[in-house]
Amino acid sequence: MRIVFKTDYMQDIRPWKDGYQLSLYLILLAVVIAAPWWLNDFYLGELTNVLIWAIAGLGLMVLTGHTGQASLGHAAFLAIGCYANVILIEAGIPFLIAFPLAGILTGVIGATIAVPALRLHGIYLAIFTLALSILMDDIIVLADPITGGVGGKYIGGVEIFGHMIERWGTPGQFFWLVLTVTVIVTLGYINLLRAPLGRSFIAVRDSEVSAQAMGVDIARTKTISFGLSCTVTGWAGALMGLYAGAFNNETFSVVISIQLLMMIVIGGLGSIHGAFFGAIVIGFLPQFLSIAKEYVGALFGGDTVAIPGLEFGVFGMILIAFILFEPMGIYGRWLKIRTWIELFPFYRKDMFKRQKSYLKTERLR
Amino acid sequence: MDNIQLLISGLANGCVYGLIALGFVLIYKATEAVNFAQGDFMMLGAFVTIGLTNTEYMGLPFWMALPISLGVMAALGYLLDRLVIRRMFGESQTAVVILTIALGFVIRFVAGLIWGHEPQTLQNPLAGKEVRFGGLVLGMEDVAVIIVTILLTWSLYVFFSKTKLGLAMQGASQNQLAAYYMGIPVKRVQGLIWALAGAVAGVAGILFAAKGSVDPNTGLLGIKAFAAAVIGGFGSLPGALAGGLIVGVIEPFASRYIAAGYSQIAPYALLLAVLIFRPHGLFSQVRVKKV
Amino acid sequence: MSLLELENVTLKFGGLTAVDRLSFSVEEGEVFAIVGPNGAGKSTVFNLISRFYDPFEGTIRFDGQDLLAVKPSGVAAYGVARTFQNIELFEHATVLQNLLVGRHRHHKSNVISELFFTPSVKRQELENREKVEEVIDFLDLQAYRDKMIAGLPYGVRKVVEVARALATDPKLLLLDEPASGLSVEETTDMRWWIDDIRRQMGITVLMVEHDMGLVSGVSDRVLAMADGAKLALGTPAEVQSHPAVIEAYLGKAS
Repeated sequence: MRIVFKTDYMQDIRPWKDGYQLSLYLILLAVVIAAPWWLNDFYLGELTNVLIWAIAGLGLMVLTGHTGQASLGHAAFLAIGCYANVILIEAGIPFLIAFPLAGILTGVIGATIAVPALRLHGIYLAIFTLALSILMDDIIVLADPITGGVGGKYIGGVEIFGHMIERWGTPGQFFWLVLTVTVIVTLGYINLLRAPLGRSFIAVRDSEVSAQAMGVDIARTKTISFGLSCTVTGWAGALMGLYAGAFNNETFSVVISIQLLMMIVIGGLGSIHGAFFGAIVIGFLPQFLSIAKEYVGALFGGDTVAIPGLEFGVFGMILIAFILFEPMGIYGRWLKIRTWIELFPFYRKDMFKRQKSYLKTERLR
Repeated sequence: MDNIQLLISGLANGCVYGLIALGFVLIYKATEAVNFAQGDFMMLGAFVTIGLTNTEYMGLPFWMALPISLGVMAALGYLLDRLVIRRMFGESQTAVVILTIALGFVIRFVAGLIWGHEPQTLQNPLAGKEVRFGGLVLGMEDVAVIIVTILLTWSLYVFFSKTKLGLAMQGASQNQLAAYYMGIPVKRVQGLIWALAGAVAGVAGILFAAKGSVDPNTGLLGIKAFAAAVIGGFGSLPGALAGGLIVGVIEPFASRYIAAGYSQIAPYALLLAVLIFRPHGLFSQVRVKKV
Repeated sequence: MSLLELENVTLKFGGLTAVDRLSFSVEEGEVFAIVGPNGAGKSTVFNLISRFYDPFEGTIRFDGQDLLAVKPSGVAAYGVARTFQNIELFEHATVLQNLLVGRHRHHKSNVISELFFTPSVKRQELENREKVEEVIDFLDLQAYRDKMIAGLPYGVRKVVEVARALATDPKLLLLDEPASGLSVEETTDMRWWIDDIRRQMGITVLMVEHDMGLVSGVSDRVLAMADGAKLALGTPAEVQSHPAVIEAYLGKAS
């Protein structure tokens, strides 16, 4: 185990533990930046998709993982960001202004929606946001003149300083665009977590009463969390729109909302890593399944049959397994494996054991 | 006349929602777990019965298939608690919600594997029959749904207020620890509640499949039933049923009197309004956490 | 002028009167204890001061200002910090993070500057760290600084909660049963700490406690309550020998 001696407060405030860790992440970043040169176009597209999901995951993570407010309706905010971005571009506003604006607009709408939702806890908030997501589908159809209704909208590419960036025409540059947004959002997230605001989010998540007694304004904190979360989700939505090229009311259905929440649970709630791990699972599961199906089909000499709903079924089973056996998600498992390697052979089985109470009631009595 | 007919068919739909909502509330009251897969349970109940009775499957007589499928559903509910939910002891409510949503995905997948994705109807002795009452023409199924729901609710009421087991369940739902100290086997009682919820979902499924067709995605109806439970107030059984009826009645009237496109919004708009103005449902009191 | 003044405070839950026309005041620099049988309304008094409940009638004044005019989250800004009977820590955060939340009322940064972690936010964080480290040193929590609360033993959590309250730099510290569930040694430690908090830091302490040894050891004045009302008020010895108090605890001599 690497032991870090702390001699300076900055060592806790800096986002990285030591130079070793920093260099690992820089190498990872460099490898990813170089992806267009070592990946073919198909897998580069998949990687772009994973990054977009990761941004959406980061957005939801702020709210659910760090503020403890489970949302089953974030597809609604993906939709708002996506439509806002395209509508602004169609209105002649350059992408570099339209894109940030789309996110901020989503954030403002999210924070506004948060106000009536502030009093709701746990399942009540979940069902509130679920209903929002269902309603958003209908609202998009009803707002036909702006949104194009069932016919949907189409966007080819975006122009940055007179240079066209397209999902299919210039996949490498589109990848870099998405990567840039990912890096900016991640850095902002890291800053948030080491700043007072991030701590007040965690405080609200873990104990509202004592957060209040420490002077944290619950309503304000939740509203800011909703706002930040929806801003980031809006950006992810805008990128999803560019990635898909065409979209309509069904692109951002309630199923996407549920998938997004499940994704960050699988990845590991309450960590930035979790959003990325979850996005990798969700992005590569379909590929993995089709490869597995071909393999199994070849094994038995039969044709590969299409099994409808297979993806969701397998996804559901993975999720159940994680919640039962590794509630901290992939990130939690990764921490254990790392500790095991670092401490070998001194790892104890109950090192990460948490106390379980008889019944942690969330019912208001 | 028209309106009365709308009302009756709305009530019949509402009964199915109400029964699913009843399942939600039963489980929530007893264990504080929220079973988002209750709608999928209903769908599974429908398919199990279809699998037993319909001629293209096993072709058992309808009245013989009924108790078997209810028994199967009760057993599934019990097993689910035993094998999965019980491990969630002490975890947060949100974790259980997500778990049961995932469970719903799996149930839908399995149902699709076994029974396919085509809509199917339950072959039953009441199919196609009508009841004429004055100038009203009512589907026999609708009438049967309403009668069965009333009977089931009444027997649940008697069960919870009169029988020893029912009282034990109530006790366990009020305060687990105290019930445990009083010698009530809390875990077994919870298993039985899940079994009961499974059977209620089975009844809902049979009624639903008798009225119309089911396919694996019918389970998503659970979202509407969940809305009904919240509208009624999550902590009360009569509230859940009332919420179901409200949602069921609103739907046909909304589609009759409100412009298309706006009508399907009605139940959810009502849900949002209830959550904003009476966050704990129309029929419940609000209390504050004690520190 | 007293630091904290409660006057004629009444609180009812439905038909039950939890606090009944209660008046008392806490002077600056003293340790003031509230004792009484279970259900006497002691914790309710704390929750009233924390503004979790709105009193039915009466006034609560702190340092000359009306405490009833602020939101629950505004109480801390006046310099009132508290602990809870059943420990309400931020379970999935480290001890350090918990204490840093205590610094919340001193923050001046805004959302945007925090997202960019500007030099001014950095300076503020360094100041926070210095203050928090003082508290950590004071209560001997160095060994637990980077540990998650979820894995800590009960006795340590109790101390962390006091530490978090101290990190807010309070004028008045409310301790809700600081010794409940602690071993004899831990209770003794707690007693010295309460004494030090008053002497070294100059913080006024208001506490609810059942352990009469601790109460008579550290407190200057004691208020005995029963059924939401005042029974007796005075030095620990006076209160302990007061006939009404003995009756409330042991029942009427027949």
